Amino acid sequence: MKSTMRSQYRLGWLLCAPAVLTMIVVTGYPIAYSFWLSLFRYDLRFPQERTFVGLANYASVLTSEVWWRSMANTLVITIGSVVVELVLGFALALVMHRAIFGRRTVRSAVLVPYGIITVVAALAWKFAFDPTTGFVNALLGLDQAWLTERWSAFFVIIATEIWKTTPFMALLLLAGLTLVPDDLLRAARVDGASAPQRFFKVTLPLMKPAVLVALLFRTLDAFRIFDTVFVQTRGAQDTETVSVVGYNTLVVRLNLGLGSAVSVLIFLSVVLIAVVFVKGFGTSLDEEQGES
Amino acid sequence: MRHTDKATGLGVAWHLAIAVVVHVATGCVPAEAPAVPTLRWYVFDEPSGAFAEAARRCAQASGDAYRLEIAPLPTDADQQREQLVRRLAARDRDIDIIGMDVIWTAEFAEAGWVLPWEGAVATQATAGRISATVDSAIYQGRLWAAPFTTNTQLLWYRTDRVETPPKTWAEMIAMAEALGERGMIQAQGERYEGLTVFFTSLLASAGGAVLSPKGQVSLQEGPTRDALQIMKRLAVSSAAGPALSTAREDQARLGFETGIPSFMINYTFVWPSAHKNAPKVAAHMGWSRWPAVSEDHPSRVTIGGINLGIGAHSRYPDLAFQAAACVASADNQRLAARLGGLPPTVEALYDDPGVRRTFPFADLLRATLKDAVQRAQTPVYNDISLAISRTLHPMKDIEPTTDVNALREAVGRALRSEGLL
Repeated sequence: MKSTMRSQYRLGWLLCAPAVLTMIVVTGYPIAYSFWLSLFRYDLRFPQERTFVGLANYASVLTSEVWWRSMANTLVITIGSVVVELVLGFALALVMHRAIFGRRTVRSAVLVPYGIITVVAALAWKFAFDPTTGFVNALLGLDQAWLTERWSAFFVIIATEIWKTTPFMALLLLAGLTLVPDDLLRAARVDGASAPQRFFKVTLPLMKPAVLVALLFRTLDAFRIFDTVFVQTRGAQDTETVSVVGYNTLVVRLNLGLGSAVSVLIFLSVVLIAVVFVKGFGTSLDEEQGES
Repeated sequence: MRHTDKATGLGVAWHLAIAVVVHVATGCVPAEAPAVPTLRWYVFDEPSGAFAEAARRCAQASGDAYRLEIAPLPTDADQQREQLVRRLAARDRDIDIIGMDVIWTAEFAEAGWVLPWEGAVATQATAGRISATVDSAIYQGRLWAAPFTTNTQLLWYRTDRVETPPKTWAEMIAMAEALGERGMIQAQGERYEGLTVFFTSLLASAGGAVLSPKGQVSLQEGPTRDALQIMKRLAVSSAAGPALSTAREDQARLGFETGIPSFMINYTFVWPSAHKNAPKVAAHMGWSRWPAVSEDHPSRVTIGGINLGIGAHSRYPDLAFQAAACVASADNQRLAARLGGLPPTVEALYDDPGVRRTFPFADLLRATLKDAVQRAQTPVYNDISLAISRTLHPMKDIEPTTDVNALREAVGRALRSEGLL
């Protein structure tokens, strides 16, 4: 009995091995290497002058105003887009759930923005808001150079993000909605619960795992935002996000040490967000388990 | 070969197909004839086709010693650099000739990405060139590129509103303010390289420099404060347009072409552009030397332009030197001037009638170039420029007395590759 357990256990590991190995090669190694590089003063322009500096690069980043400001910008974009996406995504999910005819068409139509390449979407929105070539000013009767001021630039960036990723949110939420048994809702109705009551007291609690998973995925995604900002402002008007700072340090300035420190810090922030969601809100990535 | 009656048609088709394949294969890759090496010239996508024509002429003149192909880079200098340095750091062997912005010389040389020019090709590449253009290709006493095209800013003004062009910044700002609404001065105030250029020109005109000859932070108290005072004075004046803090060269040009502003600080491309887009403005467009800081010293303006470097990992370095020297020759510079409007580095060309037709202000341009100032020649120029433009943006918030120190600190940090920018 015991030996079959052990051989099953071993078989399990053997079956996992290819996946584990692949993960080590494609994610473990780069992360470890970035961490290693971040301990050096290492600039590609001076390849000879590579010196070990310990955690000095981290001290340099964490005491820098640029880092904290970009962190604040990133949080503005993350929170601004995820909150709106959650509300809109719920609305869309409910529509898709209730749609009686053309269900497939509605679901595919909703997915279109998500299928568009981010750079293309960012450019499309940039052109739309451009004061000379765009239609937004003409439509609203405004004369505003949207991307030349901080808050209006944030508005355009966040709007682009919302437009593009709400479908993703809606799909995850739709999957959650299908988990809510119809009998329960009918029973609640018989007991005289109103529609909002049914939504907040029955549907939402049952969907909690799905909602949290959707929020977690989108928060992680939004925190790493790069393309939209790069295309629309290149970080000007104080809209730099942490990823743009990482890009500037690593790719533009070729400062491998400092840039790797920024990358590692972004990675740690992402881990922190995941931990907060999983431990703090009890998000379970395994939906079956979450339901029990 | 065996053909049955039924299979004949198929067989013929089969043979034909083989024949075609064999023919195509041999046609594409001649097994016997020696392959002509193809050199790749990485340079910004020049719209007039002058570079492509120069490349064609040089390949032809070489008697098929090489073919010269252009690999177009983006027009934005930052993006050109980003694409190049990534490839160069990875030892890309495809890069033979590089159209290098003058500010990359030290960085590329220090990192060992370009080969030094020596001997006969070096003499050929520098003979008769304006000395400031040669200086722009020199780092630590060695020549790293062939001066090809150059550029610098002039003062453009409206001859119908201004009788004698101003000599100094103080004079110009006063004149512009007196003109009221039409007195605007178009300059570059956005947080980017152009702001660093503006500061560098002002600082040099005031007698200062960003770095000492030994490569340490200089930014002498007096001249730096003078330069900052002028920037502040301009930004808070009614003569500065409302969009100064987001204006680049092109916004300044567009602004001037509306006909409202009376002054503009800009490169020579505005001249053909105004003739094409705003003939009424162009008819009253005058030029003068970039304004000075004080009446006693003429202005010293930042030099720009493209030099030709040879990629350190090129497969055919000797041919690349030969080809680059040919592209940078006087004949091809004339072509680039005539077609592309790019000012030449060969001094004698400023007396060439064709070039003078393109640049009616050729004498002023040559005189300005002779006194031109180089941007800080250091491998970390990119960082230093970021430090300067970030400290001085927006110009209206500059505090001339305290910002001298802020600037010194920022440049010092950049020089030591410390901290984020």
